[in-house]
Amino acid sequence: MRFTINGSKREADPDIRASLLDLLREEFRLTGTKKGCDHGQCGACTVLVNGRRINACLTLAVMHQEDDIVTIEGLGSADNLHPMQAAFVRHDGYQCGYCTPGQICSAVGMLDEVAKGWPSHVSDDLSSPVLDEAEISERMSGNLCRCSAYPTIVDAIREVHDA
Amino acid sequence: MSDLAMDAPYRPAALDRAEQGLLGKPIDRYEGPLKVSGAAPYAYEQAPEGTAYMAVVTAAIGRGRVTGIDAAAAEAIPGVLTVIHGDPRMPAGEGNSRAMPAMGSDEVFHYGQGIALVVAETQEVAREAARRVTVHYDEQPGRFDATAVEVQQDHKLGFLPPVNRGDLEAALAQAEVVLDRTYTTPIHFPAALEPHATLAWWEGDQLLVRTSNQVIGGAKGTIATALGIDKSRVRVQAPYVGGGFGGKTGVGQEAIFAAIAAEAVGRPVKVALTRRQTAYMVHHRSPTTQRLRIGCDREGRISAIAHESVAYQNDDSAFLEPVPFGTLPLYAGEARRFRTDLARIDLPATGAVRAPGEAIGTFAVECAMDELAEQLGLDPIELRRRNEPTRDPTTGKRFSTRRLLDCYDEGARRFGWDKRETTPGSRREGEWLIGMGMAAALRGNFTVQAEAEVILGADGRATVKTDMTDIGTGTYTILAQTAGEMLGLPISAIDVVIGDTDLPPSAGSGGSFGAGSACAAAALACEDILTELGLRMNAATDDLRLKDGQVTAGARTTPLADLVRGSPIAAKGKTTPGKESQATSQASHGAQFAEVAVNAVTGEVRVRRMLGVFDIGRVLNEKTARNQIVGGMVWGLAYALTEDAVVDPRNGRFVNPDFGEYHVAVNADVPQIEAYFIEEIDDSANPVGAKGVGELGIAGSGAAVVNAIHNATGVRIYDMPVTLDKLLSSLPPV
Repeated sequence: MRFTINGSKREADPDIRASLLDLLREEFRLTGTKKGCDHGQCGACTVLVNGRRINACLTLAVMHQEDDIVTIEGLGSADNLHPMQAAFVRHDGYQCGYCTPGQICSAVGMLDEVAKGWPSHVSDDLSSPVLDEAEISERMSGNLCRCSAYPTIVDAIREVHDA
Repeated sequence: MSDLAMDAPYRPAALDRAEQGLLGKPIDRYEGPLKVSGAAPYAYEQAPEGTAYMAVVTAAIGRGRVTGIDAAAAEAIPGVLTVIHGDPRMPAGEGNSRAMPAMGSDEVFHYGQGIALVVAETQEVAREAARRVTVHYDEQPGRFDATAVEVQQDHKLGFLPPVNRGDLEAALAQAEVVLDRTYTTPIHFPAALEPHATLAWWEGDQLLVRTSNQVIGGAKGTIATALGIDKSRVRVQAPYVGGGFGGKTGVGQEAIFAAIAAEAVGRPVKVALTRRQTAYMVHHRSPTTQRLRIGCDREGRISAIAHESVAYQNDDSAFLEPVPFGTLPLYAGEARRFRTDLARIDLPATGAVRAPGEAIGTFAVECAMDELAEQLGLDPIELRRRNEPTRDPTTGKRFSTRRLLDCYDEGARRFGWDKRETTPGSRREGEWLIGMGMAAALRGNFTVQAEAEVILGADGRATVKTDMTDIGTGTYTILAQTAGEMLGLPISAIDVVIGDTDLPPSAGSGGSFGAGSACAAAALACEDILTELGLRMNAATDDLRLKDGQVTAGARTTPLADLVRGSPIAAKGKTTPGKESQATSQASHGAQFAEVAVNAVTGEVRVRRMLGVFDIGRVLNEKTARNQIVGGMVWGLAYALTEDAVVDPRNGRFVNPDFGEYHVAVNADVPQIEAYFIEEIDDSANPVGAKGVGELGIAGSGAAVVNAIHNATGVRIYDMPVTLDKLLSSLPPV
């Protein structure tokens, strides 16, 4: 099968039972994407597939022929951070770091949804939602942080959005 | 080696001079760029080529014996390397440096216990094969219902012996006012987001284990004991740990299984528990029943206090939740009784989860104090003020540092406590009832032995080495800040190497003792380096001034790099508890405040604001300390409102063993939270003067939420968590 992963063409012959998450972690050794629950309950495995954020544990690798997949490694590297990654460092939007790649991919995908005008459960105005704290918290609630750095995660995302 | 027992208060002079101005500053995490870019390796990741995958077969009964295992169907699957069971080195549960589980036993102590392992070429094959292993059991009746098991008063479990001071019953009989309430708290999962994972391989007769563990020095000994080999043959690494919360203080079955599997297949083997397996194979916090009795006069002066509880444990484990640990030094009162009784139950092991004792003991004592204040017509803070002791009321020891009253005052001012309605249920906004609550926070402080090495290299850079772990606590960063402050180096000139048992042994991460002890050991090592630098500068050590890589003595200034050129300086520091540790009562303190909104129609509770003021000794890094405290406060919020692992009493299974039904806090549950520090360096605690941080935030925060719910609604709930079904029937008419 063929994939575009972080801008590069990659090929693999995955087990039909393998999730996209396991393909990324075990076959391509892109271990920045984390496995927290394997049930779509924690969001640690969030990646961007064709621009949209999804839980990589909830989708089979074989469903992604020719898809364009961006993982945390594709957003930026330790010496060349994406603005969202840099904001998480500045605001201490993490502790143990295990949910962090998923939070960051999710935040990047979420801001794109807001830019497209997609409303959420807490939007007062369904046609043009304003990204306040409540909106960020609502839209980021698919990403658990057991260390519970939620307030600083919100701060980091808000800074990137407002910039 | 600079070896310092805490026989007297001690503080390195260089920390007072603070020339670099680094320690305590809210600098970004040392390892931050690696974490946010996904490059920080956790236990399961960056495994060597050829690593095989392991899956664990778990017990499908709640109590009994394994009578036979048929692995033929599993072994027939292409890609399966081996199926292992019945090895005498296989533990029945988690081990630690204090207690080992049954070894090589066919006994099933609880549902979900690991009983066999499968090794395969791929993860998918390993998982499938594990499901094809057929296990035969002799199933026996189990004790699964916590309300129906026998309670033992006379037991030897736990580190906290019963306390009986004075004649409690007589004091209660004579008291003008008595409050007698019983609280229950649920099973609490640590639920670290990184599931327990281990990568194990052998190099000759040396075993290497990369594992998700908080205390790798202890793990090294436990692994050696389980395998029956000398400790010198085991090396444990944990460079990054995806959360611990107590759940990774011991060595789980899967780590020993992986070592056995790696030996059997002659290749590296790795395993990660599935999320549901973590519910069974990782210990949880015991549920408790807590009876709180307080007797006082009409002015609220306490004469009698008793905190008597029941906690649970299975037949294979030795821990007991020290429920009243935080109550012991909290309030005055002559007659005192504290005890925790034991009930044996056939469920997964209970163990230390974030702030064992205080995390749940404060639900009872702090909710009781709130109710007592209401009965007396006193402000809850005033009642606490009237019972603030001048010495430890249980042991009579002097306090090292205790700024609890200041925490109340500053917290009340910042929170706007004076705006709280004293009559419950009297503030309403639309369909929401609004209330405020507060509680005291206290977590005992421990001084623990730790070592560190600091090397001042020929290039003028310093390296700190210790086998400490960073489980999200900020260890990397505060070690760098400590060394930088001591040696006058910017953070960019410090390297920190931790998470490897080949490094000097530390206390590990647990009991909130890691930061203080590890940084103290590093500071002591730096003092030895300063002594050597003094010799090289031909100046008294105390006359040295170090900043930005320059050393000044009197009128002479020399680059640090010039002083070490060709001759690096390596020094070790060690700190141990001593007479001062014994002579003082030590704890971190705080005051927690919460504002909640309770929906008058549905009973839904929303926490609108939380604020805390904390006394944690020296603040080593304001940013990471605050983040950790806030995380603890969120734990209290979720413990008060949603976290509740439910057991099916028919079979000992959890009804909700994953994040779908066991509800930790999500982003939308958490408001912006304020946390402030009252900093008083505690020279009795350790040479850097820092007290524990990581567990303090959860102490009392849940009680503040529950007290706020009462203030909002007039309803008191004694059975945690306060879910809307418990509130609904008692809410005032809409």
